[in-house]
Amino acid sequence: MYGNAYIENDGNKVNSILADEDPIKLAEFEARIAAGDKIEPKDWMPKEYRKQLVRMIEQHAHSEIIGSLPEGTWITRAPGFRRKLALMAKVQDEVGHAQLLYSAAETLGKSREDMTNDLINGKSKYSNVFNYPAPTWADSAVIAWLIDAGAIVNQLANSKGSYGPYCRALDRICAEESFHLKYGHDNVVFLATGTPVQRAMVQEALNRWWEPIMHFFGPPDKASQHSEILMRWKVKMGSNDSMRQTFLNMYVPKIWDLGLTLPDPNLRKNEETGQWEYTEPNWETFKQVINGNGPCNKERLAVRRMAEENGRWVRKALMSKTDQYVTPLA
Amino acid sequence: MIIKSLDPRIDRAALDDESKVGELSGNEHFQTYEVFQQVKRGTHHQHVGNVHAPNAEMAMLFAKEQYCRRGAAVNLWVVKTADVFVTEYQDADIFETTEDKLYRDPNSYKVMDRINAFKARTSKV
Repeated sequence: MYGNAYIENDGNKVNSILADEDPIKLAEFEARIAAGDKIEPKDWMPKEYRKQLVRMIEQHAHSEIIGSLPEGTWITRAPGFRRKLALMAKVQDEVGHAQLLYSAAETLGKSREDMTNDLINGKSKYSNVFNYPAPTWADSAVIAWLIDAGAIVNQLANSKGSYGPYCRALDRICAEESFHLKYGHDNVVFLATGTPVQRAMVQEALNRWWEPIMHFFGPPDKASQHSEILMRWKVKMGSNDSMRQTFLNMYVPKIWDLGLTLPDPNLRKNEETGQWEYTEPNWETFKQVINGNGPCNKERLAVRRMAEENGRWVRKALMSKTDQYVTPLA
Repeated sequence: MIIKSLDPRIDRAALDDESKVGELSGNEHFQTYEVFQQVKRGTHHQHVGNVHAPNAEMAMLFAKEQYCRRGAAVNLWVVKTADVFVTEYQDADIFETTEDKLYRDPNSYKVMDRINAFKARTSKV
């Protein structure tokens, strides 16, 4: 589960980024991507390509693992045995996705240990939505349906990117996410077509999650040379706004179809332009939350610290002094 | 400060938000094993990815969880990444001549023209 990458655009740096690169190798690299060929781990690549991909894949991996926390809370309290089993399977899938993504990022030269350390020390980001709590069962249903739906929009786009290992991981991930989406939809539909109390519960959850969902794809991109380069290199596969539009177009009608409402009086599709119009969510809140001041940031990182700390004695017992780490192949 | 959570399990753990525990040292997450999966008897094993594990048995356990969660599988191999000998992409030219060696290709053998010509020639006699 992941929104668009939080790539900092810094127009001024662009010239120095490319100035360092060998022009012949750069031209070959760009020609390969333009021809639709994939880049593989040991290929020559511009430093900026490597840097942005590591950052993006790593954020994605962290999002999967942190994203399993608000949902995991609900496993013991999920209504009914079948839902407990399904939720366990979903949470386990998300943790598995993190493993796949960490492996893809490792092929670019950053170790798994360094990625985990950067996460728990607050240096790396993860998807902002997971800094919010899931106070009711309906919240977990809304997460499973709509956050996963948003993630699929993003992940399908990114699976057409240029870096082979990331594309392969995303192909596997997208296949599993379709179960999450169906499972989430099923839970939301069950509540929305249920008793007045159930309907009210899912409506409240939707109201709570609407702003985080609108934040999910990231702030509107500023047009810059930097983002142009990242698009040309097929690192960034679409603007944050275009991903948001795709999501709104696919899911708002499905939400309204259930007789549920969304807490934005301006939300509507402009039939002339084909674009959705909406109130911009509060981007200052977004900035605050992503920089550590959301309702659950501290809890999420503390739980990750606890997991690594409590697992250490097991790992130490199993470690062999003669084993040598080499970068995974693909 | 002790973290207050909606999750009673996290509350019970009484986590301190100032705590610095959990940091990893190098290689603490082990080496990697490459995973090969066979989905059906009679087909080739296919590379599907890798897992971090301290030994082959645990690699197998993780590989099953990670790559055989859905759909069919009948067999798994795990191989230490360090033991795999690989070609470099920059040496891909070593494969280039393969496509030129058409004498290895059944489609490069065209005999019908010759047979037909022969038949035409001999039937006239």
